[in-house]
Amino acid sequence: MTNPNVVLHVADVHKRFGGLHALADIDLQVEEGKTHAIIGPNGAGKSTLLNVIIGKLAPSSGQVVFDGAVLTGRKPFQINQLGIARVFQTPEIFADLSVLHNVMIPALAKRDGMFKLNMLRALDSETGIRAEAEDMLEDVGMLARRDMLAGSLSRGDKRRMELAMCLIQHPRLLLLDEPTAGMSRHDTNTTIELLQKIKARGMTKVIIEHDMHVVFSLADKISVLAQGRIIADGSPDEVRGNPKVQEAYLGGTH
Amino acid sequence: MTNLMSRNDLLLFAGFTLVVLTMPIWLAPFGAGYPDLLQRFMIFGIFAVGFNILFGLTGYLSFGHAAFFGVGSYAAVWSFKLLTLDAIPAILFAVIISGLFALVIGYLCLRRSGIYFSILTLAFAQMSYNLAYSVLTPITNGETGLQLTLNDPRSLDAVLGQSVAGQPVPNLLGQPLSGYAGFYFCAGFLILAFFLAQRIAGSPFGMMLKAIKSNQTRMQFTGFNTRPYALSAFVISGMYAGLAGALLAVTDPLAGAERMQWTASGEVVLMTILGGVGTLIGPVIGAWLIKYFENILSALNDQILARFWSFLPDGAADTMVAITGKFVGDGWFLTLGLVFVIVVIFLPGGIMEGVRRIAGMFRRRSGSSPATRTQPAE
Amino acid sequence: MFDVIFLQFLNGLDKGAAYALIALGLTLVFGTLGVVNFAHGALFMLGAFCAVTVRMLLTMETVTIDPEQLSPWGSPLEIREPLVQAWLGDFGAVLVNYSVPLSILITIPIMLLVGIALERGIIKHFYKRPHAEQILVTFGLAIVAQEVIKSVFGPNPIPQPMPTDLRGAADIGAFLGMQANIITYPIWRLIYFVFAAVVIGGVFAFLQFTTFGMVVRAGMADRETVGLLGINIDRRFTIMFGLAAVVAGMAGVMYTPLLPPNYHLGMDFLVLSFVVVVVGGMGSLPGAVAAGFLLGILQSFASMNQVKAIVPGIDQIIIYLVAVIILLVRPRGLFGRRGVMEA
Repeated sequence: MTNPNVVLHVADVHKRFGGLHALADIDLQVEEGKTHAIIGPNGAGKSTLLNVIIGKLAPSSGQVVFDGAVLTGRKPFQINQLGIARVFQTPEIFADLSVLHNVMIPALAKRDGMFKLNMLRALDSETGIRAEAEDMLEDVGMLARRDMLAGSLSRGDKRRMELAMCLIQHPRLLLLDEPTAGMSRHDTNTTIELLQKIKARGMTKVIIEHDMHVVFSLADKISVLAQGRIIADGSPDEVRGNPKVQEAYLGGTH
Repeated sequence: MTNLMSRNDLLLFAGFTLVVLTMPIWLAPFGAGYPDLLQRFMIFGIFAVGFNILFGLTGYLSFGHAAFFGVGSYAAVWSFKLLTLDAIPAILFAVIISGLFALVIGYLCLRRSGIYFSILTLAFAQMSYNLAYSVLTPITNGETGLQLTLNDPRSLDAVLGQSVAGQPVPNLLGQPLSGYAGFYFCAGFLILAFFLAQRIAGSPFGMMLKAIKSNQTRMQFTGFNTRPYALSAFVISGMYAGLAGALLAVTDPLAGAERMQWTASGEVVLMTILGGVGTLIGPVIGAWLIKYFENILSALNDQILARFWSFLPDGAADTMVAITGKFVGDGWFLTLGLVFVIVVIFLPGGIMEGVRRIAGMFRRRSGSSPATRTQPAE
Repeated sequence: MFDVIFLQFLNGLDKGAAYALIALGLTLVFGTLGVVNFAHGALFMLGAFCAVTVRMLLTMETVTIDPEQLSPWGSPLEIREPLVQAWLGDFGAVLVNYSVPLSILITIPIMLLVGIALERGIIKHFYKRPHAEQILVTFGLAIVAQEVIKSVFGPNPIPQPMPTDLRGAADIGAFLGMQANIITYPIWRLIYFVFAAVVIGGVFAFLQFTTFGMVVRAGMADRETVGLLGINIDRRFTIMFGLAAVVAGMAGVMYTPLLPPNYHLGMDFLVLSFVVVVVGGMGSLPGAVAAGFLLGILQSFASMNQVKAIVPGIDQIIIYLVAVIILLVRPRGLFGRRGVMEA
């Protein structure tokens, strides 16, 4: 059972809210360098699962192990320092700061750790970090907007910037919560291209998504969640052919 | 210097220094060119600059900062009493004590955010105030206030063989700090305080504070522990408040508990908001304006008003005296409250936002920038 | 020992009742409008000054100087004749005697108007703005209100006598079958407690048993959904603000015989009531009431000499200390819900 390539292991996780069994017996193994998608109809428990992984919710039983370290009970910043970055469903960005600063902040977190009292050092002297951030913005095609206030960006741009904020930390694991939610077809396609580009770099990703187009263009492995349980697990083709999945999920949409 | 500060920052700092140092000259025509008032400008300027590091940059609204101001005053007076009449040790002592006090209170209060944080700071400040009036009387001398006496031990002065004749007053290396000497002493500290605040705002640390204000969740998921950042900002602003309190004790060595009351905490909030929260210069301007108008308006009385309105026919003049009389003298706080309400409703960014808007209007009129200009950051 | 404890318990009731009433209004406003109202203490103070005004009007007198008669000091005797008595005879005297409770009749419409004007004029523009700005604008309003009162009524407290029949103390101990004169309690305080209980009960009944109250409660739980139902929740919320102002105002009126009102009465009570609200749990009405009484009673016990001998100064800080401990240990207060005002 122990696969040396597994970097994230969600082991026998249960989560109950009062009488509601939101997650039951979840066992997930995410392999290094792979893109693992979690799909399922609304209310299947996808976001709950993500929140359990990231430490925002404590599981009722079971645990989440990342590269040998138990994530359960750790604070979000500690989890990030282990090398996990997260893109939110609604972009969580520093709306009052410039795009460039938004991207410099995670770079500084990567370099300086969770706290550094460098209050007399000039930000302008951080030329290395600045150059790194500019390269990153170039990568996601947003260099021209670096001096804009992040809050004034379009939704698609906010998402791309948030992605840049995660990527600049070179995380070992990237969690994406519906990265194309609420996006136009065009923005969705640009995002997919961007994610495929990252995929080429060999970064491990967990994607939660209900847009099939996105999932099948990106995922190496798919887990299907329905009513808090994993009902299918496998390669895109296996999942596509699984009658249980078609009944629970694909049947409704296709 | 230039490699540490950008050109704009340097210009701002130089301009600020110049404005402060020449205050006795350019404020004279406004009836404010005397040391006593100018010292208060400096002291409350420091208080507001420090408060802005917490509220303006980090976004935590404290309603208890007067406690640190008061602690600074008490600490300074105790230093005068026990050690020496020299101002520098008193200020160092006050800043350290208020910093420690802020560390403890900040550690507890910052476990909560939003309104809960505000109420916690308020509760701690009220506790300090009530205790200063009651059981802590041996330290604070209760309602009378802590003052210097001829019989104070002043051990350091005693060792150095210095003695005072008459009422003891604080000094700097033996030089008295009365009049303009006192003003320039305080002005030096304001300039230093401003310089430090400018450096903090322009540092990676300062950017983190702004990021905390902007989005705590993202900050957490970015790998920063926000609490030590917020606590540092809290302690720094507490030390600023302690410095201001100590300087007030230097210019007037009598520390009373009323300096710690929550209305005094409210005053520094007013200053910061009025000037422009989150800006460097705004809080200083807010402090100056409030102290200036407090001084001018509270000194006005009905005779002066009658002279002012004397160009009107008798009946109208009397009415105007009666109306305006409500807003000056003891009624100055009414004016302050009204101005404050109006500012919060119409100009939440304070005077600095007003300045920006007016500047923006001129720029648009002169057509130097295209209408489609995107909104720049900061 | 039991009688001492019972007495302190009683002593805490009237102050606790005042805290509970103010905190109830604060919570109503916060729960419905989502506004942190720092001007709420000022409403309490305005109510108190309604009572002052009514009494001033009722006790207006004509002064005629009678040169025929001399006062004991040898100056012409001033004959003062209260107008109300001149017009209404004995009934006028009763009016003057009962000026404080009677003021309530006038206070209700006045405070309702004040509340509605405040909400429509200023507060409603702040629903969408950050809590910090709500605190700031209402803080400014509180300053304005207290300074207006100061300039009209002067800075000194203005004592309000209670009706002559209601002075003195009730022998509660004897009533409960204990020895006479061990537990006596001022009648007016007892009245204040009963009055508070009636008002609190009234507010809860109003919210519980009327359709209006049902809609408001639904709005407190989930404003957006109620808005989607096509119910004009805003108008109801305006009335709730008015109601909160009325509750605060009445609490202020009835408190005047216990504490002569002055212009900073509101600020004094505001800080404490906020602490009460936070201890009870932001947005919880039962929490506000329970915490109000709890803190009032705790304060009363902390003022006992026996307690002060053990912990000096405890009476000065007990309320804040309790607040700090509760906030740190139970961040959402005694009855608070999750996620209220966290950011």
